[in-house]
Amino acid sequence: MLVAVAAALPLAYLVLIVAGSADTALETIWRERTAVLVARSIALTVAVTATAIAIAVPLAWFTVRTDLPGRRLWTVLAALPLVIPSYIGAYAFLSATGPQGLLQDLVQPLGIGSLPSITGFFGAWLTLTLFTYPLLLLPVRASLRRLDPELEEAALAMGRSQAGVFRTIVVPQLVPAIGAGSLLVALYVLSDFGAVSIMRFDSFTTSIYTLYKASFDRIGAASLAALLVALMLVLLWLEARTRRREALYRSAPGSARTMRQVNLGRWRWPALGFCGAVATLALLIPVAVLVYWSLQSFAGSVDWPAVAAATGNSLLASGLAATAAALCAVPIAVLTVRFRGPFAMAVERLSYTGHALPGIVVALALVFFGTRVVIGLYQSLAMLVFAFVVLFLPLALGIARASMLQVSPRVEEAARSMGRSQWSVLRTVTAPLIAPGVLAGAALVFLTAIKELPATLILAPIGFETLATEIWGATSVGFFERGAVPALVLLAVSAVPLYLLTARE
Amino acid sequence: MSSLSCTGLAKAFGVVRAVDDFTLELEGGTIAALLGPSGCGKTTALRLIAGLERPDAGTVTVGGRELAGPGTFVAPERRRIGVVFQDYALFPHHDVAGNVAYALGRGADPARVREVLELVGLGEHGARPVHELSGGQQQRVALARALAPTPELILLDEPFSNLDAGLRERLREEVREIIRRAGVTALFVTHDQAEALSIAETVAVMRDGRVEQLGTPEEVYSRPASRWVAGFLGEIEVVPGEAADGRVGCELGSFAVEPGLEGPVDVLVRPESVAIAISGPERAASAEVIGRKFYGHDQLVELRLASGQVVRSRRLGFPAWHPGDRVRAWVDGPTDVLPRAPAEAGAGRQ
Repeated sequence: MLVAVAAALPLAYLVLIVAGSADTALETIWRERTAVLVARSIALTVAVTATAIAIAVPLAWFTVRTDLPGRRLWTVLAALPLVIPSYIGAYAFLSATGPQGLLQDLVQPLGIGSLPSITGFFGAWLTLTLFTYPLLLLPVRASLRRLDPELEEAALAMGRSQAGVFRTIVVPQLVPAIGAGSLLVALYVLSDFGAVSIMRFDSFTTSIYTLYKASFDRIGAASLAALLVALMLVLLWLEARTRRREALYRSAPGSARTMRQVNLGRWRWPALGFCGAVATLALLIPVAVLVYWSLQSFAGSVDWPAVAAATGNSLLASGLAATAAALCAVPIAVLTVRFRGPFAMAVERLSYTGHALPGIVVALALVFFGTRVVIGLYQSLAMLVFAFVVLFLPLALGIARASMLQVSPRVEEAARSMGRSQWSVLRTVTAPLIAPGVLAGAALVFLTAIKELPATLILAPIGFETLATEIWGATSVGFFERGAVPALVLLAVSAVPLYLLTARE
Repeated sequence: MSSLSCTGLAKAFGVVRAVDDFTLELEGGTIAALLGPSGCGKTTALRLIAGLERPDAGTVTVGGRELAGPGTFVAPERRRIGVVFQDYALFPHHDVAGNVAYALGRGADPARVREVLELVGLGEHGARPVHELSGGQQQRVALARALAPTPELILLDEPFSNLDAGLRERLREEVREIIRRAGVTALFVTHDQAEALSIAETVAVMRDGRVEQLGTPEEVYSRPASRWVAGFLGEIEVVPGEAADGRVGCELGSFAVEPGLEGPVDVLVRPESVAIAISGPERAASAEVIGRKFYGHDQLVELRLASGQVVRSRRLGFPAWHPGDRVRAWVDGPTDVLPRAPAEAGAGRQ
């Protein structure tokens, strides 16, 4: 219960601040600049989502339903960009094309003075699209695989053409998955800080950060944050609605049969080209750029102590967050699954608050909290870990609850009828059964926390540099060489929990 | 070998009264069935006895020890009652022997584990993971696990419902043998009449949260306490009759009944107790065959009596009867006589 209330605390505090100075807050919100900001953010969100759909749906179809050569390889490659944080992607593109960038170095001898910059809307759009489309790809793929092939066969038997079947049978069934995936992408874009700040595109999150950092205009920052949260809540509400509808489209269990494979024929060359282009842009270029800059910095001098310190700090903060989130998730999962009731429902709802909050909003709320209520906590490691727990508890809780739901109450009752007390049953039966799920949740929290940028930027103790802040710091001042090694280390460190997570499936 | 006694047990979930005034007495060492249609509260009754649910009212006593009653509630882990669940509820993180050892508690004697596994015929399978076992083997592990701590009473919830028909038949016999050898009082829940009648020594027929009749399989089948029990346990014909001076007469004959039963009555006859022949005893009624269904080993012959009432007679498959045959029909076998009343409650017995 304590955990749940604590998780909801930042939001409550934010509302309190904004309400406490409603006049100033309203003034901020009604300013013309704010309207422009809303319009820009929405434009970016819509553009990214639309492009991501255009990339993800064909990719999903190629890799699930056609005889595309190397389907397995493309399946893995297409999902991989998900592990690249948006700010590393932005760093890679900017450092490749920007002033003093990789391309610039290459074309300099040819007498080309300066390349057109990709910063601004274009850069933000490109980066966010390339690193968020997997959020759409995964649900669409899953949905395609679940489709009942008999429906399509029935339509074919009724004399419809292949294309007609795709249009009238397949697409309508994919709509819920596309909707759910789009909303995930939209939520990501709205709450993203790394890519937009590196690409110098003014969005909600960067404006909040600037207001907070430059002028310490806390009411202004809080008001914008509240507006952003409101926008995200609308999206979440939409997401919940599509998810409810999704159930209608699911085919009966047991109907999973071999999929009909579409023979691409001559079309497989354009299809391969498409997959290749996406993989090149979203995976090959960023990794190549990182490697290039790393080699450059090896040739020069790498500040190894700084890299080591940042790595240690990242591991420490994310490790603590993962442990704390897992420890908090277990009692909540047990409570909400086994002892359902109004109390448990309330605890569960509160625990999921973090899901609706961008990192920067939680960080901001905690700054207020730390400077006004619990003075000692401001800019302490504990505060940072707490912010991570608030943000990522839903991830750990989701998996812990899912594994708790798989434990039959009969099994626990059987143990009790054998003379074990409730506590002993929890220890000897329930705990071993949910342990894999809890561990997976911890791994997921670790993976997400180590990438988190804005909360780390705002809440980390002074001098506490992590890999994420190193990369961001280096990029925002144009020292591309300095960011490469931390970025590679971050990707390498993330690979371990990611492997643990996927090996489980 | 402990006796079980439940009196006035009640349990409601919200407005649904799952168990209501449930009363049951079993002698120690009995193998008893709790039989009823789905939704009658059988499983809830079982869970109340096991202590997995807390009763709203009533008492549970096992071997003279009160486990639940006004001001008393013994936790399930202190009841010494073994439970075999419908889906077996085996611990997926332990192997076969581990499941049994868990029931014996810390420092379980490996010899005892082996002994119990041998009792259920799984002596060689101790090291196997439970998910590798067949349904029948899982069932026996669950039974071994429940029997291991030598409980006073063992409860089985629909123990055979997850098995296919052939295996079910065989396992019923086996399980009955195992329980008998373990010498424990057992109560199993089932909705399958044949299952209850064939393996139990005592059958409690349950309806709407209470026990409607308790008796041996023969008693509940041939002397049902109500028309509902009669109909639930098998096909039944109801023939109107008249009782007077310790005898009852109806269209299919007359027989002695307990004195005290007077006036209009219903005579309950199972089709296999309706005999037919070309010529019959004096008390037989004349009837006409109007239909016949042939099942191989037997046939069900539909008769219209002189009064116009239609009754069925189950006969061996040979000789064949045909619609239009004029026959004599009479009762040859057990019958049950209940006062004719619209309500079934409080129905008397012959």
